[in-house]
Amino acid sequence: MSMFKIFDVSGSAVSAQTQRLNVVASNLANADTVAGPDGQAYKNRQVVFQTLMMGEATSAGVKVSNVIEDNSPGRKVHSPNHPAADAQGYVTYSNVNPVEEMVNMISASRSYQNNVEVMNTAKSLLLKTLQMGQS
Amino acid sequence: MQRLTDTLNFQSEALVLRAERQRLIASNIANADTPGYLAREMDFANALRAATGGELSSPGGPTGRLSGGAGLATTHPGHDAGDLGQGAESSLLYARNSQDSVDLNTVDLDRERASFVDNSVKYEATLRFINSGVRSMLDAMKSANQG
Repeated sequence: MSMFKIFDVSGSAVSAQTQRLNVVASNLANADTVAGPDGQAYKNRQVVFQTLMMGEATSAGVKVSNVIEDNSPGRKVHSPNHPAADAQGYVTYSNVNPVEEMVNMISASRSYQNNVEVMNTAKSLLLKTLQMGQS
Repeated sequence: MQRLTDTLNFQSEALVLRAERQRLIASNIANADTPGYLAREMDFANALRAATGGELSSPGGPTGRLSGGAGLATTHPGHDAGDLGQGAESSLLYARNSQDSVDLNTVDLDRERASFVDNSVKYEATLRFINSGVRSMLDAMKSANQG
């Protein structure tokens, strides 16, 4: 039954989207993290998806091939009284853009839902196939 | 004897191809966010013609599997030879994108969702054809006093 492969394909996509959602959660949680004494604040993270061939040309799953960090400079805010301020009185925050992360989150959850629906449909079709010739 | 199961054979080939296409669309939906992924689509009419040897009634003849199936060239250890063996691999096409995307992904999610529902309905239809074929065959085998 080649349809069972759908669960592998969609399952890999669901776990990849979960990982993406996890990274979004880390980014959002660290949106207001300030830099430590070393001047290195939290860096925005992004997952990279890659196609994962599963034996046949018709079944292509997804895997997270890499998690990359955004090396752009962090947000600088002038607040001389802040304990983490540097000599010029600037505090370096993480370079997370909360708006981008919210969009990323919506996209990930929609893709997750799509794949769950695919699995549900495949399941009901397989159950009907099991009853072939009985009705 | 062959004539008895010809319709069933045809429908079972169609069912296998429907399952194949369902998996193909599931792969496309799974890769909707993968950069550079090229969406695939199946030419169902051609695949079914290849799987059933061109016509419905081919008593005892070869089913035409793998006919015209140009195998995928494997020039890299990571390449996948792909063993479909259902006459479907020759009918695999690349879907064209309706809108350009920056990450070169050609999955059109709306179209894939529509194809997925379309294919599910047709899969169920094929199942019903098989079920009714089996039922009428069983009815025909019953003796007169069996009701």
